[in-house]
Amino acid sequence: MARATSTAGPAGTIDAAWVAQLTRSESSLRRFLAGLPGVDQVGAEARAASLATRSIKAASKIWAIKTAISMVDLTTLEGSDTPGKVAALCHKARQPDPDDPGVPSVAAVCVYPDLVATAKHELVGSPVAAASVATAFPSGRASIPVKLADARDAVDHGADEVDMVIDRGAFLAGRFGLVLEEIRSVREICRSVRLKVILETGELVTYDNVRRASWLAMLGGADFIKTSTGKITPSATPPVALVMLEAVRDFAEAVGPEIGVKVAGGIRAAKDAIRYLVLVNEAAGPRWLDPAHFRFGASSLLNDLLMQHRKQLTGAYVGPDDYSIE
Amino acid sequence: MSWEYSPAPESRAGIGLRRSYGLFIAGNFVESSDGEAFTTINPSNEEVLAEVAAAGPHDIDLAVAAARRAYEGVWGTMRPVDRAKYLFRIARLIQEHSSELAVLESLDSGKPIRESRDVDVPLAAAHFFYYAGWADKLAYAGFGPAPRPIGVAGQVIPWSFPLLLAAWKLAPALATGNTCVLKPAETTPLTALRLAEILQQADLPPGVVNIVTGAGATGASLVANPGVDKVAFTGSTEVGKTVQQVTAGTNKRLTLGLGGKAANIVFADAPLSQAIEGIINGIYFNQGEVCCAGSRLLVQESVADAVVDKLKARLATLRLGDPLDKNTDIGAINSAAQLEKIRVLAAEGEAAGARRWSPPCELPARGFWFPPTVFTGVAQTDRIAREEIFGPVLSVLSFRTPQEAVAKANNTVYGLAAGIWTEKGSRILWVASRLRAGVVWANTFNRFDPTSPFGGYRESGFGREGGRHGLAAYLDV
Repeated sequence: MARATSTAGPAGTIDAAWVAQLTRSESSLRRFLAGLPGVDQVGAEARAASLATRSIKAASKIWAIKTAISMVDLTTLEGSDTPGKVAALCHKARQPDPDDPGVPSVAAVCVYPDLVATAKHELVGSPVAAASVATAFPSGRASIPVKLADARDAVDHGADEVDMVIDRGAFLAGRFGLVLEEIRSVREICRSVRLKVILETGELVTYDNVRRASWLAMLGGADFIKTSTGKITPSATPPVALVMLEAVRDFAEAVGPEIGVKVAGGIRAAKDAIRYLVLVNEAAGPRWLDPAHFRFGASSLLNDLLMQHRKQLTGAYVGPDDYSIE
Repeated sequence: MSWEYSPAPESRAGIGLRRSYGLFIAGNFVESSDGEAFTTINPSNEEVLAEVAAAGPHDIDLAVAAARRAYEGVWGTMRPVDRAKYLFRIARLIQEHSSELAVLESLDSGKPIRESRDVDVPLAAAHFFYYAGWADKLAYAGFGPAPRPIGVAGQVIPWSFPLLLAAWKLAPALATGNTCVLKPAETTPLTALRLAEILQQADLPPGVVNIVTGAGATGASLVANPGVDKVAFTGSTEVGKTVQQVTAGTNKRLTLGLGGKAANIVFADAPLSQAIEGIINGIYFNQGEVCCAGSRLLVQESVADAVVDKLKARLATLRLGDPLDKNTDIGAINSAAQLEKIRVLAAEGEAAGARRWSPPCELPARGFWFPPTVFTGVAQTDRIAREEIFGPVLSVLSFRTPQEAVAKANNTVYGLAAGIWTEKGSRILWVASRLRAGVVWANTFNRFDPTSPFGGYRESGFGREGGRHGLAAYLDV
C-alpha cells in the first residue's frame, strides 16, 4: 500500500496531494483499492474472538460503561415515529439517569430528516447533537439529485450530524468513482456538519470489501465510517468493526486525520458494548476512546448500560421497570 | 486518554493443590523408595507450590512391572470397546475439572491462564475423546485387520505443554491397548499428578498408567529400563539424540518429538493485519516455549520495513504479567535455567551485530521474565537464526523470491513447522509442497487438532502424534 509518510503534514492535516493523485480517475482509484492488503477471514474472526476474552472488571468496567453511555447515538428510525416519540427520546438522551447526575448524556439523537427539527428543538441547551439519516436511508436507491436534496433538507432543518448511506449497488458493480463522487457531494452539503458514512457492511459481505469501502469513504471526506443502517442483518459484528478500526488507524498513519467509527445494529447488551471498546482500544488505539472517535448506534443498549452501571456501583441489579422506556 | 484494565485474576480456590505428592504406581500414590523428593515452584513469583517424590531406578522398576502386569492381566486383553469407555470417561472428567487443571497448569508452568484455559486443557480432553473413538476401529486404521499393541510404553514429556503432552502420549497408547509409564518434566509435574487423580476417579485399572516424577536421571532410567517396549520422547534435540543412542541395539520402538526453528514466511501480498497476528502468535504464544514456534520471520524484502514497523507497534500492546490474570498475554519463563539460556542466546545475537528491540516492559521483581524481543539485521549464520532459543525472541530475515524463501526456510537442521502468509492460493500450494516441515500452516499458525498428525523431519525427530498416523507408534506394525 502506498504510504504518504514522506509528504504527510503534521498529524491531523490531510495529505491532499496524495489523495488527489489516487482519486484522479476511476482506474487509479480502482488500482489503489485493489492494492490494499487483503483481510484473511479466519484470522480476523480469530482476533476479534480472542479480544472478546478480555476480562474487564471493577474500575475499568465502570469507566467503560460510562464511556459507552457518552458514545451512544440514541436512535429511532421507524415509519411510526412521531414528534412525541422523538421528544421522549431527547429527554432521555439529555439525562439518561435522573437519579445519578454522574452519568453523562449521550452523544446524539438520531432520527429521520423530517423529525430532525423536532429533535434539535428538544435538545436546545444540551450537549447532545441532533443527527439525521440522509441519502434515501436505508436503501440508498434513488437518483443522485433526490439523495442530495434529502441531505440538504436535513442540514437546513438543523442537523448537527448527518448519517448518509453509500450506494452499495454502485460499489458492488465496481463503480467506485461514482460512490466517491456521491460522498464528496454530500460532504460539500455537510461542510459544517459532522458526516458519518454508512457502508452497510452486511451487503458488502466480505471483509476485503469492508476495508475497501472504508478507505473509499475516508478518501471521500467522511468524519466517521459507520457499519450499518440497522435495518438488515447482519449489521455490526466484532470482526467487521475490527477491520474498520484497522482502516481508520492505517488512514491516520498514511494521511493524517483520525476518522471515527460507529457501530450500529443489534447491539443490546452492555457486555457487547464493552467488547467493542476493547476492540477500539487494542485495534485503533486509546486516542479513539471518546465520542469524537467512536459511537454506538443503538436504542435499547442505553438501558442495559444504565442497569450495569447501577449494579457496579451498588452491587445489586434492579428490575428493568426501573428504567424508562421511550 | 488511556484505559487501564483492572486486575482480573482467576481464582485459585478449589484447585486441590496438595502440599506433597507421591509417585503414581499401580493405581496408588506412593513415596519414592529412597525417600527422595524435590519441590516445584511457581515461576512467576518463585513461590513453592508442592513437594514431589523423585523416582529412582527401583521405582522405575516397580512402575514398569506394574505396567507389565496391567498389560498382560487386564488392559492388553480387554475388549477394545471397553478400553474406549475408560478413555471417554477420562476425557469427560478432564472437561469437568478443566478450570482447576487450567489454573494448576498456569501456576506450575508460568503460561497465561487464557492459554491454559482456552488451548491446553480443551485440547487435552479432545485428544482423549478422539483416540477413544479409534480404540474399537483399529481394523480400519490402515495397519491390517487386527493390529496389536506393543506392550509397555515409557513416555517422557517436557514442560512446555505439561498436561497437553501427557494427553498426546497417553491417549493413543491406551487406545491401542498399551500400558504406560509417564515421566513429566521436573518443573511441571502438577497437572500430570492431578490427571493421575482423575484416572483414579475414572476407575482405570491399576498399573495401566503410572506416573513417575523426577528429573533427567529419572527419564534416563525409564528410557533404559529393559521392561519398556516402546519409548516416546518429546524434548530437546540434544537429549533426544541421547535417547536414540540408549535405545539403539535394543528391541525398543522409538519416536521422537524434538526441537525446531520454524520459518514464518510473509509474502508481499500477505493479509497484513492477520500476518502480524500470526507472527505474534507464532513466537510469543507460551512465551515462545514451543517446539513449533515460528522463531524465524522470513519477510519478503519489498515489505520488510512495513511489516517490522507494524510488528513493533503491535508488540507494544502485548500485556506481560501475572499468568493468572485473565488479560495477560505473556507469562513467565518456565525456570531460571531456561531464562539464562534465553539471555545467553539473545546476548549472542547482539554480539553478532543483529539489532535487538523490545517494547518498554515493566518486569515483576520476583519470578523469571523476559520481554518479547525481536532481532532485525539477522544473518543466516547467526546463532539466533540457527539455534532454538525456546523463548520470546524472534529473528527477522528477508528474502526476494518464493524460491529463495523456500531455500532459506529449509536451510536448517530442523524440520518441524512452517507458516506461509499470502493471499495467492497457488503460491500456498507451491511453497507448501517444497517446505521440509512436518506441519505447514497457511495464513494461520499454532493451530492444533487431535485429528491432525504432528511431527518433524530431520533433527526435529520422527514419528507423528495425532490423527490416524498417531496410532502407528503404538502398534506392532
